[in-house]
Amino acid sequence: MKRLLGASVPLGAALLAFMFGAIMILFLGEDPIAGLRAIIDGAFGTGDRLAATAVRATPLLLVGAGITIAFRASVINIGGEGQIIAGALLSTAVALWIPGTPKVLLIPLVILAGLVGGGIWGAIPGALKAYASVNEILSTIMLNIVAIQLMNYLLRGPMIDPIEVGTSRIPQTQRLTDNAALPTLIDGSRLHLGVPIAILAAVLVYIMLFRTPLGFRLRAVGHNPDAARAAGISVEKNIVSALGMSGALSGLAGVVLVFGSESLRLVTDGGSAGFTGSAGFNGIVAALFGGLHPLWTIPSSFLFGSLLTGATELQRALQIPNALAIALNGLIVLFVVSSDRVRAWLDRRLDKSMRPGDAA
Amino acid sequence: MEHTPLLSMHNITKTFPGVLANDDVSFDVRNGEVHTLLGENGAGKSTLMKILFGLYKPDSGEIRLRGEVASITSPTSAIEQRVGMVHQHFMLVPTLTVAENVALGLTSSRGFRTDLDVVSDRITEISEQYGLSVDPEIDVWKLSVGERQRVEIIKALYRDAELLVLDEPTAVLTPQEVADLFVILRQMTDAGTGIIFISHKLHEVLELSDRITVLRNGRVTGHTTPAETSRQQLADMMVGREVKLAPDKPHVDLGLARLRLRNLSVKGDRGTMAVVDADLDVHAGEIVGIAGVSGNGQRELAETVAGLRPAEAGSSVSIDDVDLTTATPARTRAAGLSYVPEERMKDGAVGEFQVSENLLLINHAEARFRRGPLFDFAKIRDHCQELVDQFSVKTPSLATPTSSLSGGNIQKLIMARELESKPSVILAAQPTRGVDIGAAEYIHSQLVEQRNEGVAILMISEDLDEILGLADRIAVMFEGRIVKVVDRENATKEELGLAMAGAEVDA
Repeated sequence: MKRLLGASVPLGAALLAFMFGAIMILFLGEDPIAGLRAIIDGAFGTGDRLAATAVRATPLLLVGAGITIAFRASVINIGGEGQIIAGALLSTAVALWIPGTPKVLLIPLVILAGLVGGGIWGAIPGALKAYASVNEILSTIMLNIVAIQLMNYLLRGPMIDPIEVGTSRIPQTQRLTDNAALPTLIDGSRLHLGVPIAILAAVLVYIMLFRTPLGFRLRAVGHNPDAARAAGISVEKNIVSALGMSGALSGLAGVVLVFGSESLRLVTDGGSAGFTGSAGFNGIVAALFGGLHPLWTIPSSFLFGSLLTGATELQRALQIPNALAIALNGLIVLFVVSSDRVRAWLDRRLDKSMRPGDAA
Repeated sequence: MEHTPLLSMHNITKTFPGVLANDDVSFDVRNGEVHTLLGENGAGKSTLMKILFGLYKPDSGEIRLRGEVASITSPTSAIEQRVGMVHQHFMLVPTLTVAENVALGLTSSRGFRTDLDVVSDRITEISEQYGLSVDPEIDVWKLSVGERQRVEIIKALYRDAELLVLDEPTAVLTPQEVADLFVILRQMTDAGTGIIFISHKLHEVLELSDRITVLRNGRVTGHTTPAETSRQQLADMMVGREVKLAPDKPHVDLGLARLRLRNLSVKGDRGTMAVVDADLDVHAGEIVGIAGVSGNGQRELAETVAGLRPAEAGSSVSIDDVDLTTATPARTRAAGLSYVPEERMKDGAVGEFQVSENLLLINHAEARFRRGPLFDFAKIRDHCQELVDQFSVKTPSLATPTSSLSGGNIQKLIMARELESKPSVILAAQPTRGVDIGAAEYIHSQLVEQRNEGVAILMISEDLDEILGLADRIAVMFEGRIVKVVDRENATKEELGLAMAGAEVDA
């Protein structure tokens, strides 16, 4: 009974959000059915579109899997954007530094660099929270801004494409050597190695959280830090490692975004959304929609990935701005978050009808 | 019966799916008496009271008020029929004054304008009549727990309650506040109020009650009076078998001092000194009980020994000659300490965790529970099942969320976990507070068994009966100091009570 509830509530929330989306399309003077068809067609219509959806879902999944670690430890990580940037910067720097390295060596090295970069960017607010009681919501958001400015500086200065120096000065690195590109899985498709890596990462996060002593400690700290501390578990260390691991996975998303891109370079438009596509925020949505369970985050990320690719087709076919997809995203968040209350209410109703009052 | 009783409940039966909560329960309350409902958690006291307040509808049976069949459909209709309740958890708005809290939910005598001055006057009247001494103008958040309880009583009296139900009213009170409460309750019964007193503290029940009804598994197992019964008999009636209120303790030769506290000074949460210059040794094979009214530094002392709270400079804590003054909880545990914290749901167990997970909270990282880096769930299940069986933790399954167990079973779970590590020192704070008699008996026997095997046990308890029944030596704490240490044989309740009240500070 309860298990059924768990799945039906977020689906109901998504359905409600889509209904609102349909109403918005109606107000724009278009046919909502055609709109929905355009989204589905855009996301799943052809093999290429399916691949594009999977590629769009990959950073969401990586960030989302990381978010489940942080949130399970009761640490709110809003710093996905900054952690993506930190991972992207460090891995790009490595690739620029040793361009000639063979692919089999270079790809693992840049992945490692991305994990380290994002991990450090996550561990900083973790340490601030653990040892100086700095609120992690504020510090992660502020570190997003720091990361964006750091990227702007590096891409306009030390890391800028030498060709741009004398010309238009577009803030971007030079195109990386081809041996740095993530290998594709099928020839001629955009489907690259990042997709299975992200799925593997989500599975590993699941195993870590629920089948290892490390995950046990993280969850204990998340549920009840007092009891964890009294039992000899270091609350501080676990907060740092939760945010560190969460950041590392976002950093990996940064690697995928750069080394899986067609332009094969890190480029900024001065903000962050240009190259991250707001994956650092949308990943939180995907994780919440997946009930903060790493395995459920996989389909959830694909759903949001399909929304993103579907919106492109919606715009092309019906001239509806793809901001609608962003609005849909927001609506789903709204309904998922409020569905927690619905779920709590349903739980209470179920309990009340099944259990007598216990203690006097 | 000479008079018509104020309340009589006849043959009340109430079933929930799979549970017979009340089975043919009958009892009555007369004007001017205290009638105690005594029973373990789940015995059916609370269901019976919820029926009285119209929250549940009985399957069969009837309620009579002042001789006439009463239909109580909601708490509001109970209040209208002059039945009042003081809940265990107070229903007060802390930011409002006493008068505002009392007036809450009542219609003003002036229509749209408030009549708080009228309310205040009436409160003053009531509190003078019963010696409640509560200022109606004071904000509730400024009041102590005992005073808040008096506000709840005033709320009921203000609504002209003739029958008052008190649900475990003494659970949150200090011994002095309990004594004050009993005086107030006596004044109320003298004025003709009938009182239903719900408790499982046997000595209080014997002290206060006129009549006692004992419930077990939803049934009445006996009606009695304090004159006809004893603590032992009441405990047996509650549990349904012979209960050992104080466990047998064989003589054990004292070993070396295992836990040593020297000049221990500790700051409390507010930055003031909570523990001052405490010196104490606990030897192998002895139970040292720390007696004292709560808030005299016991909690801070326990937390410091457990490594959770820093000690002041010059202090020293050691176990088996390993210095632990600045140790983390992990190191204290590695040195052989087991810690049963005072607040079991806050510090002792993770409520959302499964039973098996809480059993592993301390030793989850040990290699025997893993295969490679991953948990070996088969081995964990075997291990946990063994502990659950050995300590008779009643749980539907090992995967049950711990918060849904009863207090006694959670405490047994914590004991199982803490004793499993073969400790050299056990620090147990309030080990049986709020725990069923049956579970308390079991926990006591486990502590004594550990003592017999040469473990040094430091037990903190506010329950003098528990200390006298279990301890070999007794230390009394008052205002952060250990003001008295006495062997059990030479200790009397009176003397300890005086020391707890600070009478020996200058001696």
